[in-house]
Amino acid sequence: MDGYNFAYLDEQTKRMIRRAILKAVAIPGHQIPFAGREMPLPYGWGTGGIQVTAAIIGPDDVLKVIDQGADDTTNAVSIRRFFARTAGVRTTTKTAEASVIQTRHRIPETPLRADQIIVYQVPMPEPLYKLEPSRAAAKRRHALADYGEMHVKLYEDITRFGRVAVAYDHPVMVNERYLMSPSPIPAFDNPKMHMMPALQLFGAGREKRIYAVPPFTEVKSLDFEDHPFHPGRAEQKCALCGGTKSYLDEIVIDDQGGRMFACSDTDYCESRRA
Amino acid sequence: MAYVAVKGGEAAIAAAHDWLAATRRGDPAIPQISTEQITQQLGRAVDRVMAEGSLYDRELAARALAQAQGDIIEAAFLLRAYRTTLPRLIDSEPVDTSEMHAIRRVSAIFKDMPGGQRLGPTTDYTHRLLDFAEEATPAASLPPVEPAPMPRVTDMLGAEALLETDVCSEAPPGDLTMTPLKIPAGRDVRLQALARGDEGFLLGLGYSTQRGYGHTHPFVGELRVGEVAVSIVPPELGFAIEIGDVVLTECQMVNQFGGSISAPPQFTRGYGLCFGHADRRAIAMALVDRAMRAAELGEDVTAPAQDAEFVLSHCDNIEATGFVEHLKLPHHVDFQSELETIRAMRRDADGRV
Repeated sequence: MDGYNFAYLDEQTKRMIRRAILKAVAIPGHQIPFAGREMPLPYGWGTGGIQVTAAIIGPDDVLKVIDQGADDTTNAVSIRRFFARTAGVRTTTKTAEASVIQTRHRIPETPLRADQIIVYQVPMPEPLYKLEPSRAAAKRRHALADYGEMHVKLYEDITRFGRVAVAYDHPVMVNERYLMSPSPIPAFDNPKMHMMPALQLFGAGREKRIYAVPPFTEVKSLDFEDHPFHPGRAEQKCALCGGTKSYLDEIVIDDQGGRMFACSDTDYCESRRA
Repeated sequence: MAYVAVKGGEAAIAAAHDWLAATRRGDPAIPQISTEQITQQLGRAVDRVMAEGSLYDRELAARALAQAQGDIIEAAFLLRAYRTTLPRLIDSEPVDTSEMHAIRRVSAIFKDMPGGQRLGPTTDYTHRLLDFAEEATPAASLPPVEPAPMPRVTDMLGAEALLETDVCSEAPPGDLTMTPLKIPAGRDVRLQALARGDEGFLLGLGYSTQRGYGHTHPFVGELRVGEVAVSIVPPELGFAIEIGDVVLTECQMVNQFGGSISAPPQFTRGYGLCFGHADRRAIAMALVDRAMRAAELGEDVTAPAQDAEFVLSHCDNIEATGFVEHLKLPHHVDFQSELETIRAMRRDADGRV
């Protein structure tokens, strides 16, 4: 696009972001502060993910963007267009064809490979923020690996409700050291992060943090021996492809309480129907 | 020259007003902005002034904006000061937002639902690239929007009893403009205060809840914008007649709730309703409304947004701007006494060394 550098950001900014990414990869799960820039999309729309993608994407990359698992959701369309316009890169909706996948709130059903990178858009990089709103205090807990409060919170859930009342953004331990927010993916997706062959990068633009899970790194969802982690999904099968193993969206079809369930991962669903 | 020159305040004020009038008008060679131009082309500013000025009148709000040189709070102040002079003839019937002619209706909690998602004239998915074109591109001719029945998304959740039921009250709602704020305040009064509260304050407070200071697990169940009919029941007629339409933005927030001794785990509600097309205001309002329900729902009250007295006492920007800005008025009598006090304290302290 005239008047703008490749992929919007100037090269100095990209270099600053790449340095943050390198640090993040070196310390899995640890949040690295970075001088996030104002982007032409609002905070909350994925400015962190967009900056990470802009810093790593090259002219030969093939980009896939999903939001809620789908390529056709409004925000995914908007971000895909942004990179098509500012970087001129090839875009795709097929998980297997993409070299970079930017996502909001899902991990694709199709397993990712070592030659792929997944970039998560992260609203709240600090996993402790609901327990300790002060980021300065939370940072100290990370330094001391003092995560007792989070275990107590999960324990209290179990005593009150008989189960952990966390449906998405279920906290994970990375490489047995740092507590990390997996971003607001459903708990169903958490196991996919464990020993994933692809590099996982996380960008939080408003909070100005980048973190990473390098390939083949241990990612464990917090749980207890007698209350093991339980990744949930709707019990139905997909009304379109008949899938029973994928994560499902619930779609309201009338005002009489009628519901339909369909794969949230549109590429997965379409490939099963093809 | 400065106002501390003991006499001459009257002449200084007159000169300041002349200067203000000249500054407001700007270069006389440049055409003056008309009220129509403001209502047509600065609609969001007009909406905000109507909300914070607490008076639905696009033309008066536009006039106030021009007079205030575009200062939103000053314009809202002008509108409030005018509003207070208007006689109250009659209360309208409650408006029914489920009958809204929605130009915009989105739900973040379902991919699709009856009535569908309708983006309307939103900036949500624009790329914020400053446009250097002198003339705005003429709008493409749009197909007419067919008003479609749009059941409330929250009613669809309510059908499964997963959402708390809203209690309907026949009692006349409180009115902050007629009776002073009393703490604790009912939800009717709290919502009224938020509906006309400062957008920036609501935004900051709502945002603080999202960052952990009184977290409420919010989801936008539904956000809708459109015209709603206003009707009154004249006593001499005894039945309702429509007297006009107002554009409203309504946000129904759905928040996770763990349950209490008297209520099972379910979703609870935060509510936002305001004049004009104002997504930001309605969403922030719904966040703060829900946060202020913490005590009622048995949650710990630890954060500013959960403290109803704190929120309600500070959300009105006409009150706030008056008191903050009054610091520039002469205070030399008080300051003189402070000077004497600090000198005396200093002498005592020096004496102790």
